[in-house]
Amino acid sequence: MSLLDIQKLSLSIHGTPILDNVSLSLRPGEILGVIGESGSGKSMTAFATMQLLPDGANASGKILLQGQDLLTTSEPELCAIRGKDIGMVFQEPMTALNPLQSIGKQVAETLRIHDRSLSRGEAMRRAANTLERCGLPGDQFPLSRYPFELSGGQRQRVVIAMAIALQPKLLIADEPTTALDVTTQAQILVLLKRLVSEDGMALMMITHDLAVVSGMADRICIMRAGKVIEEGAAGTLITESKHPYTRALFEASSHQPDRIQGAHNVPLLQVRNVVRDYALPRKGLFAKPGRHRAVNDVSFELHHGESLGLVGESGCGKSTLTRAILGLEEVQGGEILLDGEPVFAANQPNHKVRRKMQVVFQDPYGSFNPRHKVARLIAEPFHLLETQPRGAEREALIDEALESVGLTPVDKHKYIHEFSGGQRQRIAIARALIIKPKLIILDEAVSALDVSIRAQILDLLADLSARFGLTYLFISHDLSVVRAITDRVLVMQDGEIVEQGETGAVFDAPAHAFTRTLIAAAPRLPDIPAHIGDTHGA
Amino acid sequence: MLIYALKRLRSLVLSLLVASVVIFAVIEVVPGDPAAFMLGINAQEDTIAALREELGLNLSVYQRYFNWVGGLLSGDFGISYTYRSPVAEIVTERLWVSLPLAAYALSLTVLLAFPAGILAASRRGSVTDLSVMGFTQLGVAIPNFWFAMLMVLAFAINLRWFSAGGFPGWDEGFWISMKSLTLPAIALALPQASILARVMRSSLLDTLGEDYVRTCRAKGLSKAQALWRHALRNALIPVLTIIGLQFSFLLAGAIIIENVFFLPGLGRLVFQSISQRDLIVVESVVMLLVFAVILVNFAVDIAYALVDPRLRRGR
Repeated sequence: MSLLDIQKLSLSIHGTPILDNVSLSLRPGEILGVIGESGSGKSMTAFATMQLLPDGANASGKILLQGQDLLTTSEPELCAIRGKDIGMVFQEPMTALNPLQSIGKQVAETLRIHDRSLSRGEAMRRAANTLERCGLPGDQFPLSRYPFELSGGQRQRVVIAMAIALQPKLLIADEPTTALDVTTQAQILVLLKRLVSEDGMALMMITHDLAVVSGMADRICIMRAGKVIEEGAAGTLITESKHPYTRALFEASSHQPDRIQGAHNVPLLQVRNVVRDYALPRKGLFAKPGRHRAVNDVSFELHHGESLGLVGESGCGKSTLTRAILGLEEVQGGEILLDGEPVFAANQPNHKVRRKMQVVFQDPYGSFNPRHKVARLIAEPFHLLETQPRGAEREALIDEALESVGLTPVDKHKYIHEFSGGQRQRIAIARALIIKPKLIILDEAVSALDVSIRAQILDLLADLSARFGLTYLFISHDLSVVRAITDRVLVMQDGEIVEQGETGAVFDAPAHAFTRTLIAAAPRLPDIPAHIGDTHGA
Repeated sequence: MLIYALKRLRSLVLSLLVASVVIFAVIEVVPGDPAAFMLGINAQEDTIAALREELGLNLSVYQRYFNWVGGLLSGDFGISYTYRSPVAEIVTERLWVSLPLAAYALSLTVLLAFPAGILAASRRGSVTDLSVMGFTQLGVAIPNFWFAMLMVLAFAINLRWFSAGGFPGWDEGFWISMKSLTLPAIALALPQASILARVMRSSLLDTLGEDYVRTCRAKGLSKAQALWRHALRNALIPVLTIIGLQFSFLLAGAIIIENVFFLPGLGRLVFQSISQRDLIVVESVVMLLVFAVILVNFAVDIAYALVDPRLRRGR
């Protein structure tokens, strides 16, 4: 007997088809991994099950929860089911909690909304128990804490506590760890697994990351463009699937671009004993503002043509260090030299040096002005030059930059919203290339991309580095990507570099305890037998 | 919370200090001889000299400033040149009309705007929403003095429910006074309520689209429960800002409505004092209004902190 049985679910929103004949089922206590790239409809399947679809949604088919069709259930009945029979955990823990209400109240609300007779005190007591089960013991995390006083991982624990407070039969987790660091991700996955086995819950785990579910799911379902492509037991599907899309997906997630080692032994970027302090808000009316040391005595060198990785958890000082290297902020100690000259001189960024480096950020949409055309967007770095190219010369440079990232000159007349995420990131790279810099800083540049797009961008980066002799500083929390694209790696923790060395050597034999923790926490795909890996080609 | 309140208090005092300097500079120093200005172009030399002496204009600028501020602090605002009575008395008398009128109008504003805004946001795109948006558009567009005259025609002249203008004074009884303030308060509240309803609606729509509202729905809250328990309080921050601005405006900006209804309020006092060149009154009333505005902003800041725990903990 299935707990959840989705039969031929089709869904359109304002006439746009989203889901097409989706059928899925979950037995009590089972973990189902739903995998797909963006736009595959995996999240909408979850929202359809919760019946929390956006306005204008039109669903057909059946969603049976213990035999009851949720598509025909009335809204008041659905309210009684949500939170009690089905709990849901969301992707973005930073925004999933009401910022104005204490965590205790928010967890207790789940209990009280479904049981009016429950007293406030009793609900709070049970909320405390639930939070403790989710790894937030009351002595360290009192119920009176507000969300802004918690980290992302802790907030996700609160969201999980709200979802499981009534021990629902089904828990839906929509990308629950995507926004978290690897070590936090590993802890949240362990927590979910434990709760599922303790309470006998079924778990629908939605993710784009194959490695995340491969270690915990009983069954896996692969979705693409609103359809279920393949479904099966986790072990056999990962190792034996012959479906071309599934294989391509697996290929892409462990993609290794062909790279030519082009490093010379000449330093391009020299970071020497850099210290970066921030002022903290004053504690009292007349108290001195405190200081937070975000980067502490960091030194490293980056050679011409080299690709260097920088890994660490959020808040470790990666971004602060990046801003200092770009000359956007002054450092409080040490020096940063590019080609032998300081990046920040006489209280302002050194333009002469600044034009030798460019940066590509994570969010391919947020880093473009939506009201400018591509030609103007990618020509932005020209303002760093002493003489700005004009007329035909300018157009030629724009065309060249677009072509070098695999786009066409026609694209320069378009706006940024006309491009997909992968194309936007290509445009961001074109913008970085246009003034022919020596160093490109890639700040989580592929983190927001789907695996197949990510593989293409990694290939592009490898190709560009070989063609133009570029040097990369590759900042990422994703260890597999860093392993694929870098020669050397720096590991950063609490503002300090705790380990550095050849990428392969560091990953195979990490010396520092923190590096070992990071590597152990990173989810890994099981090895795929070679004879199956060969069949790809899609 | 205490540190936050003290910090706000500190900036309140600083703002007042800066405002007093600016007002003093504008009125006493910049336009030449205030005495000559107050007496007009046909004044005799010796009359001007006498007035200069009376106003203490022969003292140094610093002395005059400190005399003025010292006077303000001890409640001595000086003697009005035209009324020949202490400014403090005149202003207090007027304040007893303007302050209740502003409070009355603001209460009406909130009472109209909150339900309208909440209703419109919770039924987005519905007939209710469209009519709220339509009426508020009208409310913003219609000049309130014209609307005031229409109300006088309808309720005072034809129906004879209210008097057409004037203020009997609080000695005549609370309800009689309130009654005479009712039409002016409605006229003042209409455009303000329209603005506030629109702010309430858009702010609430923003918060209803937030992730945590979805989380609440996933917990089993109905749409209405999610709105009342979670979205509304989060939507209040921009609404409080507008309410603060509106109160300041209602206190100082009721000149036209006070004239339409012949109310002896602060607005009319400033208007009359300016036309009679009674600079001492103008200066004091402006300072008082600035004080009111800054005080209201302080109250709004404290209200923010009551709504938002992040401010309470000084982040």
